[in-house]
Amino acid sequence: MITQPFVIAGQSFSSRLFTGTGKFGSTQLMEEALLASGTELVTVALKRVDAYTHQDDTLVHLTHSRLRLLPNTSGVRTAREAVFAAQMAREALETNWLKLEIHPDPKYLLPDPIETLNAARELVKLGFIVLPYIHADPVLCKRLEEVGVAAVMPLGAPIGTNKGLRTIDFLKIIIEQSRVPVVIDAGLGAPSHAAAAMELGADAVLVNTAIAVSDDPVRMATAFRMAVEAGRLAYEARLARPATTANASSPLTAFLDEL
Amino acid sequence: MTSKPWFEAHDWTTVQRDIYATTPRQVEQALATSRRTLDDFRALISPAAQPYLEPMAQLSHQLTQKRFGKTMQLYAPLYVSNECQNICTYCAFSLDNRIARRTLTAEELLREAQAVRALGYEHILLVTGEANQTVGVPYLKQAIRLLRRMFSHISMEVQPLDQPEYEELISEGLNTVLVYQETYNRSTYRNHHPKGKKSNFAYRLETPDRLGQAGIHKIGLGALLGLEDWRTDSFFTAAHLHYLERTYWQTRYSVSFPRLRPIDLRQNGAITSKSFERCMSDRDLVQLICAYRLFNEEVELSLSTRETPRFRDHVLRLGITSLSAGSKTNPGGYVVEPQSLEQFTISDERSPAEIEAVIRQHGYEPVWKDWDKTFMPL
Repeated sequence: MITQPFVIAGQSFSSRLFTGTGKFGSTQLMEEALLASGTELVTVALKRVDAYTHQDDTLVHLTHSRLRLLPNTSGVRTAREAVFAAQMAREALETNWLKLEIHPDPKYLLPDPIETLNAARELVKLGFIVLPYIHADPVLCKRLEEVGVAAVMPLGAPIGTNKGLRTIDFLKIIIEQSRVPVVIDAGLGAPSHAAAAMELGADAVLVNTAIAVSDDPVRMATAFRMAVEAGRLAYEARLARPATTANASSPLTAFLDEL
Repeated sequence: MTSKPWFEAHDWTTVQRDIYATTPRQVEQALATSRRTLDDFRALISPAAQPYLEPMAQLSHQLTQKRFGKTMQLYAPLYVSNECQNICTYCAFSLDNRIARRTLTAEELLREAQAVRALGYEHILLVTGEANQTVGVPYLKQAIRLLRRMFSHISMEVQPLDQPEYEELISEGLNTVLVYQETYNRSTYRNHHPKGKKSNFAYRLETPDRLGQAGIHKIGLGALLGLEDWRTDSFFTAAHLHYLERTYWQTRYSVSFPRLRPIDLRQNGAITSKSFERCMSDRDLVQLICAYRLFNEEVELSLSTRETPRFRDHVLRLGITSLSAGSKTNPGGYVVEPQSLEQFTISDERSPAEIEAVIRQHGYEPVWKDWDKTFMPL
């Protein structure tokens, strides 16, 4: 891979594109798209899979050595439910990695910061590698970092909306302050959004809807892979910032050089 | 009188008049905006919106895919009893219909549930009439306990209950309750429900409030399309949904489209078929489905086997998010007593496997499981 690898909880990733597994028209198409995306971490909703029988159609299509599973708790409403679901996920899917999602609001699926912090504290104690899905709230990110999460996953826009980096001012602060990897999750609707997130200095992005619902998920996955790489390369190569100050034709300080 | 301000805020006659007075300009404005209001919904279900059906369908298709992806949830009803103390003029289980009554025993319920599970279902809908002596809370509690071991998601369509009763059943693993108002027109409601506990319009209207207060995960709403003017009833259903979403914001909602079907009546040994006058056309139902999606991008929309195969195959891309398939609407219908009287006549008799194939042909993934019992720790 042409960009620098990065590490979450001791695990090195060469792809900075994380993906979801929902909304695809078929599990076959999902598998092809995920392989085309180059992703190494895929999130799976515990509620969607039959984790115990080892013949679940989604899981069967995710058994590639390159793909690490990131079970998520989508559907829970409280910290208590999240901890319970996480334990079941760990047992059934044999991984202690967890995307912690607590959205009691089923309409916009917005994360509950209070329950998420409480659950994260508990889950870290129980030995989970916790990646919480949260608002782009810099203070919350620091609080989560303090309780020991492995990364933070602030949203770019409400999930599934394809609106792009609507929270950009707060994402910049989070990236500046964070001591754990920052994965921008939710709302990225176009490869250009993903590239912009990487140019900001995000460590990775997570994309689902924009790939899954595309008319051609395989080509769209490829486009996102290229965009993430391009954005990251630009960041590593020190992107030239647009000038924020003008060059005045009559400088106010020129008198200092006179005489 | 009900104490519900959201309901009192809308007068049936005025709403109906406004729907039929909608202008093409209002429809165009409703189509052009992004986040739509109840006024926009009213315009989209009006006769003035009929010429705009194709753009509505295109938009509905896009919005549904954005939210729900290329997926279709599947569920099956499990009728456990046809005993009923109510008279409902449109229902084959009505108290005055001389049919053999039966309620499944625990052993029979288990056999029926196993048959449904064997078809692939993870989501089951428990259905009864209203017979509080034989099919009351203790029976339902026992049924949920039994089904919880076999299914990921349990819904219920039974008589309205009190809030503490709902709390008790939720703690046993009940996830969803469907409760259709039938009609939001009070006098029409009275005419069609002359006898039984169901004749209490206000108690039924406030059922979703009791469910919301009990902390239910999902509530299904609907009006029985064909009892009254479907447009006006649908406006009230949408207003009800709008109120509930803002009040019980942690609950998910679904809307169903039960179009009245012919029923079999048995009197003096003879069987007659009864059909209904005010039935809505296929075109009307497509308009209504699309209007709901344009009004509410997140609500789940469900279509049953009341509809014909041709209609279901075409509308599954237009906004619907869940389908039943291979349904039996009689207690014991799957294996225990297949010949007992159905609540209504099924139009789409294809098996779940056939429906699954149709869904795949349209480029959609059938979803059998979208919940996990571990999400409701007991």
